[in-house]
Amino acid sequence: MSSPLLSLEGLGLELRVDGSYRSVIHQVDLTVGRGEAVGLVGESGSGKSLTARSVLRLLPPGARLRGDIRFDGMPVPQSGSSALRTFRSTEIAMIFQDPRAHINPVRSIGDFLTEGLVTTRGLPRRQAEAKVVALLQEVGVADAARRMRQHPHELSGGLLQRVMIAAALAAEPKLLLADEPTTALDVTTQAEVMAIIDEARAERGLAMLFITHDLELAAAVCDRIAVMYAGSVVEDLPAGALHDRSAHPYTRALLASRPSIGERGGSLRAIPGRPLSAFEVGAGCAFAPRCSRAQETCRTQRPSLSPAGKGSAACLFPGSEAPSV
Amino acid sequence: MSTYQIAGALRGGRRRVAVADPVMTAAGCVVALVVLVALLAPLIAPYDPNAVDPAAVYAGPSGAHWLGTDDTGRDILSRLIHGARPSLIAPAAVVLLATAAGTTLAIAAAWAGGWVDRVISGVLDVIFGFPGLIMAVVAATIFGPGLLVPVLAMSIAYVPLIARVLRNSALKERNLPYIAALQLLGTPTWRIWLRHLLPNLLPIVTVQATVGFGYALLDIAAISFIGLGAQPPQAEWGLMVSSGYPGILSGQAGQVLYSGITIVVIVIAFNLLGSGLSRKLLGEGL
Amino acid sequence: MSRFLLTRVAGLVIILAVASVAIYGSMLLAPGDPATLLVGGGKPPNPELIASIHREYHLDDPFAVRYWRWLTGVLQGDFGPSLAYRDSVNHLLAERISNTLTLVGYASAIILLVGITLGTAGALRGGRFETSATAISAGAMAVPTFVIGALLAYVFGVRLSWFAPSGSGSGISGAFRYLTLPAVALAFSWIGYVAQITRTSVRAELRSEHVETADSRGIPRPGVIRRHVLRNASGPIFAVSGIAIAGLTATTAVVEKAFGISGIGALLVDAAAKQDLATVQAISLIMVASFVVLNTLVDLVTALLDPRVLKGRPS
Repeated sequence: MSSPLLSLEGLGLELRVDGSYRSVIHQVDLTVGRGEAVGLVGESGSGKSLTARSVLRLLPPGARLRGDIRFDGMPVPQSGSSALRTFRSTEIAMIFQDPRAHINPVRSIGDFLTEGLVTTRGLPRRQAEAKVVALLQEVGVADAARRMRQHPHELSGGLLQRVMIAAALAAEPKLLLADEPTTALDVTTQAEVMAIIDEARAERGLAMLFITHDLELAAAVCDRIAVMYAGSVVEDLPAGALHDRSAHPYTRALLASRPSIGERGGSLRAIPGRPLSAFEVGAGCAFAPRCSRAQETCRTQRPSLSPAGKGSAACLFPGSEAPSV
Repeated sequence: MSTYQIAGALRGGRRRVAVADPVMTAAGCVVALVVLVALLAPLIAPYDPNAVDPAAVYAGPSGAHWLGTDDTGRDILSRLIHGARPSLIAPAAVVLLATAAGTTLAIAAAWAGGWVDRVISGVLDVIFGFPGLIMAVVAATIFGPGLLVPVLAMSIAYVPLIARVLRNSALKERNLPYIAALQLLGTPTWRIWLRHLLPNLLPIVTVQATVGFGYALLDIAAISFIGLGAQPPQAEWGLMVSSGYPGILSGQAGQVLYSGITIVVIVIAFNLLGSGLSRKLLGEGL
Repeated sequence: MSRFLLTRVAGLVIILAVASVAIYGSMLLAPGDPATLLVGGGKPPNPELIASIHREYHLDDPFAVRYWRWLTGVLQGDFGPSLAYRDSVNHLLAERISNTLTLVGYASAIILLVGITLGTAGALRGGRFETSATAISAGAMAVPTFVIGALLAYVFGVRLSWFAPSGSGSGISGAFRYLTLPAVALAFSWIGYVAQITRTSVRAELRSEHVETADSRGIPRPGVIRRHVLRNASGPIFAVSGIAIAGLTATTAVVEKAFGISGIGALLVDAAAKQDLATVQAISLIMVASFVVLNTLVDLVTALLDPRVLKGRPS
């Protein structure tokens, strides 16, 4: 087996908040293979969005990155600023959650779409325009030529997200970073946008790191699922094994807390307690205070990812039976 | 969200309330000191502010004259101390009048809405078109120079500065459900204005008035400087800068320097006090 | 777009109309006979002169008639005679307007250049540079124009003799020699204001999501700054610069007086001291009009810079 396209090893991140450092990612070990889709699932504040941004080193000044990030053999944390720019413009493209905020409101759609091609690839403007118009049509934007001249406020959220996807595809990257690409959209548009991403990816053999809080959605579109809790990846397993073979109590609890159409009559169970932020985590397992299976050792000893079930889990007492909450 | 916002969210939702604000305390002390000096002027000034001494024209700083003397040998320090009274009372009057009128108009506009609001806003827009200085100059032309007329003209010019901000806050407050509840209970309108609306607007009024004071001091001093405000031989800071001007050309910068610095220090003190109050009372910087 | 333009221009006309009534009508407030004001100088009135002024100015006509006569004259560019100066107001203005315009233009250039550069640099560099830039601009806003003018005249005019400490000259070199210090004095407090707003809006854009998008696409930093940060911050920067320049119009009176420049600001002050109402009314109207027109222009251009203002948002 060849080396993975993207690998994160022992990733940690601290951000400066009011003069002192606060840990926001503790321990993320993750790989994305070529053409593979990996879902990174977690609650808000679990560090999943910052993990994606760390891959591009899209971090505020004063951020401290720990561990290793390798993309296609290139060590990302050590790369210089011009290498980093080339890396960002050619290898990875990011789709953000809120296209309305993430697309410059005062420039035209055409400017937004061609900017990367013209400034970082040196493509002539006409050629770049022809290319992105074709891409707009591919992602289902009718009347692409007219849209190019419009401004973001003239387009609906769903349409804008298609523009964002087209912009990502225009860069011909090897990996898509999709940060909750459908969360800000209407429910009806969500499915369409997800289908567009899925199709474009399959056609091009693109790898994807899909950030979401929706476990079922991730299982539906991804090959593999990594679950994050309070700044660490706690379980990593094939998407198909999620329902029957997940080993971490947090993953099980997440599954049980979500209504699913297939299982009528089953009761929903909320996870007791509130999710911890990464900087609040003490010495033991971060999930221990909310875990029904927690033992004394869970509160003192922090588990690391080790083989469990069909994947690996960071749990001292893994098991696939439903936890009794 | 951008990473900045993610990082910002880590600070937690609650705004930090500054326990101690040394800058604001220092600014407050400067203001208190100057007010004290103005009150006690005749007691602490070493000389009569208008006592001419032909033997000591343009005397440098010395034990006898700490800040030296001016072109007719008057003691600069004594003139600065006595000058505190007109220099502070005039802008205080401007702010007081403008705040009283501005607050009333703002609450009236927000309360009545509709055409009343439109008329008041329109009038404020027109007044806003007149720079305060111009209004004071026109007034001085008609009524002759002196501090009283420019103060009145400047008060009118300051009304929109106070009223515009306040109208928006008053409108927000007016639309809160508790006001409707009070109306349903039959509370008289004047009582709602005085007992509910006004107290809730008071923090904003205080901040606006404090910051406005600094600007009013600058404007009134400018009027005196161009010769349309305080008249010689009165000791007033703007006038002192103006009468020290000829000295500049012959290399005597003392009077301009000291009266200028006095004005700058006091305006900065009021601005810092204003932004400190804004943080404390409104929870936001200026 | 046209609707927006129309309401703005209509508002402008209304404000100017009301302002002209207020300026002309101010003479009604005068204690006693307005004819004494038109004589100027506060001299004891001579009954014959007063009677002739009443005739010449039709002071016995109803106010509306007088106002209309004055306004039609003004609209045709005729401000009438000034008795105190024994000259036509037009002639008084014509001799002085170019000095004032040069001064305002010079000061505006300084404000834009220094204010925007300082504010942008502060926001981009951050750290201690930003803190000190903020403190300096906040301090500059508290220094009155006439005080900084005196200090500049003393240091650069008297001590160092780089520039003339007072007076006016002609031509480019004259403008440089005589108007540099007044222009800096005039610009000084506004520089801080423009720098402050520039800094906050550049900073806000730097932290915005769409700049993060541009960064994520590997756009070179200068391009991001120019096309996204500065372009998007240009609205507020332009607006505040316009307000600053509009605000200069009145302050020229103080600076011209301080530096002994023969401009319409100094004329306004002198005429006020002489109680020459005709001249004061003319200059006040010009200054109020330029203030209001500049503010309206700023609004219009700000709208042009942001496509969201002109075209409606989707509901």
